Amino acid sequence: MRTMTYRDALREGIREEMLRDERVFIMGEDIAGYGGTYAVTKGLFEEFGEKRVRDTPLAEEVITGTAIGAALGGLRPILELMTINFSLLASDLIINSAAKFRYMFGGQPQVPLVIRMPGGGGAQRGAQHSQMLESLYAHIPGLKVVAPATPYDVKGMIKAAVRDPNPVIFIEHELLYNIKGEVPDEGVEYTVPLERGDIKREGSDITIITFSRMLHVVLQAAEELAKSGIEAEVIDLRSIRPIDIDLITDSVKKTNRVVIAEEGWKYYGTGQGLAALIYEHAFDYMDAPIQHVNSADVPMPYSKVLERAALPAKDDVINAVKAIVPEALVRR
Amino acid sequence: MAISNATSLGGLTRSQLLEMHYQMLLLRRFEEKSAEEYTRGKIGGFMHLYIGQEAVGVGSMQALRPEDKIVCSYREHGHALAKGMEPGAVMAELFGKITGCSKGKGGSMHMWSNELGILGGNGIVAAQLPIAAGVALAAQYTGEDYIVACFFGDGAVDEGAFHEALNLASIWKLPVVYICENNQYSMGMSVQKAWAVDNLLPRAAAYNMPGEVVDGMDVVSVYEAVKPAVERARIGNGPTLLEIKTYRFRGHSMTDPSYYRTREEEHEWRSTRDPIGIFEKKLTDAGLATQAEFDENDAKATQVAEEAAEFAENSPNPGLEELYTDVMVDNSGALSYRYERK
Repeated sequence: MRTMTYRDALREGIREEMLRDERVFIMGEDIAGYGGTYAVTKGLFEEFGEKRVRDTPLAEEVITGTAIGAALGGLRPILELMTINFSLLASDLIINSAAKFRYMFGGQPQVPLVIRMPGGGGAQRGAQHSQMLESLYAHIPGLKVVAPATPYDVKGMIKAAVRDPNPVIFIEHELLYNIKGEVPDEGVEYTVPLERGDIKREGSDITIITFSRMLHVVLQAAEELAKSGIEAEVIDLRSIRPIDIDLITDSVKKTNRVVIAEEGWKYYGTGQGLAALIYEHAFDYMDAPIQHVNSADVPMPYSKVLERAALPAKDDVINAVKAIVPEALVRR
Repeated sequence: MAISNATSLGGLTRSQLLEMHYQMLLLRRFEEKSAEEYTRGKIGGFMHLYIGQEAVGVGSMQALRPEDKIVCSYREHGHALAKGMEPGAVMAELFGKITGCSKGKGGSMHMWSNELGILGGNGIVAAQLPIAAGVALAAQYTGEDYIVACFFGDGAVDEGAFHEALNLASIWKLPVVYICENNQYSMGMSVQKAWAVDNLLPRAAAYNMPGEVVDGMDVVSVYEAVKPAVERARIGNGPTLLEIKTYRFRGHSMTDPSYYRTREEEHEWRSTRDPIGIFEKKLTDAGLATQAEFDENDAKATQVAEEAAEFAENSPNPGLEELYTDVMVDNSGALSYRYERK
C-alpha cells in the first residue's frame, strides 16, 4: 500500500486503462495543454499525445454528443466536463441520448462512455459553481451514477467505469482531489465494483448513510460520537444509481436507526429518495424517524461565513444522530 | 422508344437509375401506407412523413457505400428504407411490434440497424449532429473505412448543437457529410423567418468547410452533390455542409393542419415539383426508361408496402418481459441486491 492523493489515484487509474486498451481516450476542455482544470490529467498529453488526450472547444453539447458517437463507434471515451455545473449544457445529450439509446433502439447499441465531472461546494465558488446535482442524473434509467470518496475507490471505480458497457456519470468533488489515502502499490491490479456501497466504519447503534466529500465529515462525526459511547455504522454509497439497497437494509436491521448525510439540497434529491426506499424495504426494523442532514435550501452564497452556514458540518451530523439515539446509550 | 444503355445521368447506369426510381416509389408508397395505417389507429404517437423529400434520401444513399453510416432526424423512415432496411421491419416498428427494427420500443422516430449502419433517428432536433461527429471520430481514430452522413432539417440549423458540431467537425477534419434537408418549414416556422441568412453557404464558410446549395427535387443533382462530399470525407479532407432544398408534401406530422402555408403553395409544389415526376421526365427525355418500367416499379413498390403492413399486422406484440430489458447492457435495474453479491 502507498499513500497518495485522490487526484493522483484517479490519474493513475485513467492512465492504466489507456495503457490497457487502445480504444480508451480522454477528451475535454483544457485537459491537454493546461493539464486539466484540477490537474487530474496532468502529464497524460505528454505521454499519450493529442490523438488520445484531446483538448476540445468550450462546447459541452457537441463534446458530449461526440463522446457518445465515439462510444457508438466502438471507442471507450472518457469525457471530462470541467464541472458538474457545466454538465447542464450537456444534459440533453446525456439524458435524451446516452441514457436512452440502448432501450429505444431495442438493445442494439452500447454506449460505453464515462463522463467525469467534479461537483460540490465549499471553495467559495458561488451559486453557479457549487452544486452537487448527482440526483438529477441518478433519476434517469439508463445511466450509472457514482461518486467515489477515497483514493482507493476513485482509482478502482474509474477503471471499472471505463470497462463498463453503459454510460457512467462519474462525480468527483472539488475538495476531494487533495485528500490522501491508501492505494495498492503500482502494478497491483484492482477494480472497485460500480454498484456496491461500502461500510467505511462498523457500528451497532446507528447507520449513517453518505457519499462523496460528506463521507469524511461523517467519519469525523462518528469518531466523536464514539467518545460519547455511540457506535455509528458509516455506509459510503459510492454508487447513487444503482443503489446497494441490501447493504443498507442489512445495516438498518442491525441498528434500527438511520441518518442520511449529504451535501445536496433537502427536497427531491438522493437523501429523500433513499429515505423512501428504506421505509419501503425496512420499515418494520425502524425504531425512529430517519434524520436528514443536507445543505441549506438556498443557492450557494459566496461569503465564507454564509457558505459555511449553508454546508452541512460535523456538528449537524452529531446532532442528527443524538436526536434519535436513546438517552440510555449516551455516556454523559 | 429506344432504350439506351449509356450512362448519361450523373454517371449512373440505367439499372442503377431504375433502382433509384424504384426506391423513390417505395418510399412514397410506404409512407402513403403508413398514413393509412395511422388513420386506422394501427400506428400511434408522432409520425413524420417523408413524402416529397424522396430524392434527398435516395440520391444521398446512392452516393454511400454499404459500410458507411447514417445518423438521422425523426423523419427517417425513408432513410432507413433507402439504406436497405426491410420495409417490414420499418412498418413493424411503426406498429410497435417485436419484429420492428427496434423491437417496438422506439417507434417512428427511432430506427436502428448495426448491420446496415443506420444509427438512429433522433427525436431531439439537432442531437444527431454531435453524435454523427463522434461516430466519424471513431472512424478517424481506428482507421476503419467508413464515413458518416448526417441528415437534419432546416430547424436543426437554429439549434446551438448545429454550430458546435460543425465547428468541431471542421477543426478535427472528421469524415462526415452534414446534409440539411431544407423543406422550408421547421414545423410551422418558415425558414425565411428563422434564418439570418438566405442559404447555408455563409454558415459553411463560417466553419471553414465546403458548402453547396442543391436542388433536392432532382435525385440526380442530389447524388452529384453528395458524391464528392463523401469522397472528400473518405480521403481525410474533412466535412461538408450541403443544403438540399426540398418540400414536404404533407404536414410536419400526422396532426398538422398546415395553417402556416397556403393550399396554393402546396398544390404548386406537388403538381410541378414532384421529385418522382421530375425524375421520370428526365429518364424518358434521355431515353433511359419507359412508362411501362415506371408502372412496373410502382406496382412492385405498392405491393411491398402492402406486404410490409401485412407483416406488421401479423407480427406479435412485444412480451411484457421486454419492458425491463435493454435499459442497461446486463439488464440490471436501479437497485442492486444481495443475491447478486453471493
